[in-house]
Amino acid sequence: MIPKSLGASSSASGVAGIRRLIARHKTLDWLFGLLGTLALLLATLVFAALFGQMLINGAPQLSWEFFTSFPSRRAASAGILSAWVGTILVMLVTAVVAVPLGIGAGIYLEEYARKNLLTDIIEINVTNLAGVPSIIYGLLALGLFVYQFGLGQSIAAAGLTLALLILPVVIVATREAIRTIPQNIREGAYACGSSKWQVVSHHIIPYSLPGIMTGVIIGLARAIGETAPIITIGALTFIAFLPPSPFSNAEQLISFEWLLAPFTVMPIQMFNWISRPEEAFQANAAAAGLVLLLMTLSMNALAIWIRYHFRKKIKW
Amino acid sequence: MNTETFPTAKAGAELKAQAKALSFHYGDFQALKNIDFPVERNQVTALIGPSGCGKSTFLRCFNRMHDLYPNMRYEGEILLYPDGVNIVDRHVDPIEVRMRISMVFQKPNPFPKSIYENVAYGLRVRGVRNRSLIDEKVEEALRAAALWGEVRDRLDDLAFNLSGGQQQRLCIARALATDPEILLFDEPTSALDPIATAKIEELVSELKEKVTILIVTHNMQQAARVSAYTAFMYIGELIEFDDTKRIFTNPSSKLTEEYITGRFG
Repeated sequence: MIPKSLGASSSASGVAGIRRLIARHKTLDWLFGLLGTLALLLATLVFAALFGQMLINGAPQLSWEFFTSFPSRRAASAGILSAWVGTILVMLVTAVVAVPLGIGAGIYLEEYARKNLLTDIIEINVTNLAGVPSIIYGLLALGLFVYQFGLGQSIAAAGLTLALLILPVVIVATREAIRTIPQNIREGAYACGSSKWQVVSHHIIPYSLPGIMTGVIIGLARAIGETAPIITIGALTFIAFLPPSPFSNAEQLISFEWLLAPFTVMPIQMFNWISRPEEAFQANAAAAGLVLLLMTLSMNALAIWIRYHFRKKIKW
Repeated sequence: MNTETFPTAKAGAELKAQAKALSFHYGDFQALKNIDFPVERNQVTALIGPSGCGKSTFLRCFNRMHDLYPNMRYEGEILLYPDGVNIVDRHVDPIEVRMRISMVFQKPNPFPKSIYENVAYGLRVRGVRNRSLIDEKVEEALRAAALWGEVRDRLDDLAFNLSGGQQQRLCIARALATDPEILLFDEPTSALDPIATAKIEELVSELKEKVTILIVTHNMQQAARVSAYTAFMYIGELIEFDDTKRIFTNPSSKLTEEYITGRFG
């Protein structure tokens, strides 16, 4: 209820009226605070429950053997060796491809591209790409990487697929990080006689690197759990061998044979175990899930640490 | 507007630069209109005028800062002596201009690097690698900016740890380290307290021995204190240019008089 007139009548009701008004506003404050807390609690509780259940079911399975054994028909001796090695190798390819491409594209869009129709279209596309369902990337990769480029159902194909998937994340993170650099820093650098590349390499990249790193890690943390596109390109669900070691070849110092090797990754291993009827494999799945979750959480923790550590040095 | 007061420097004075019929456009908007303006060598020339009169826009023509942004156009000339090159000619590389003419900005803008690296930056850009030469130049510039005594023991500290006034003097040192021919100041004290302001003003007066100075200020007392010549600008036009003393005691334009006596602005 709004007082009919703020003039004479409000001075008549006086301070008491003002206090009633404030009390009503504060009730709304309190109500919204309560709603927010409830929403937050709901989200955290669901996560905590999932995590707790996985911990109870999976933790007993976690042992050194679990990490060093291949999957097996007997649940007790089955492990995740091929899965975690596969995940790490796929992530390596993803990072090597997505990081330079994404940072380069982000820098180009922010520092070099002129504002015109073409850059507007590119910009809209990048934003839209971030929202494309991951299975669509899987289909694209199946046609392009697996068949057209003849990479087969390999680590390289999977890495490239996930690189495409997180490319928009890296580009957006790069652009946002660059945008936090104040314009007067750029002007100061140009005023010293810098060329564009000097400004980018001496200032833009170093100052935005913490933000970019955070984006890259969050992108990788998303990629690590992706299952749909990896299934689409045909990752195997049961692999009892490791890809050839990068250092095994006596002729060359470093071999890239592993890139074309068949593989499996953590979420697919999990998926495989969950679909087994035996109870014991469910526990294995929970343990694998736990490991996967810990991988993701530690990556996020690293991102937070980087942000916190470097933000202390750079305050605009 | 009064166009009879054609700007002239004193007879026999040596010109460092000269704007001739300079106009500047942002898109369809003409921000500077046909400006003729001399810059005398080793003197301080001040630009005053109400907000939006184009004084900063004019200053930023001297190091082609506008070239960083799209849709702009220079017309006319700014000749830089002794060689007489037209620095707003689009065939002249803005980087070349910025290597000859340095700038100190309104808000201190040190890089998030060490004090030493801030001052050395211009030399690094020019590819100087000789460490002892850089050391020498950094010390010389910091002394010239009256900052050496305060930072000599902590050259590796982050520049952000300095106070606002010290940061601005650091920016002056950064601009001086490469021996510029002209030093541009764009309202260098507007973000500073009175004590830091006094230090910068004192510095500006001293620096004219080394370098020609062009300073934009919103503070008329500051112009009166530091400059030999003052130009009054209004809505993109140069209304009056004269000895600072005459501008403040006996301006020939009515508009100038109204502005300096505080009737508008």
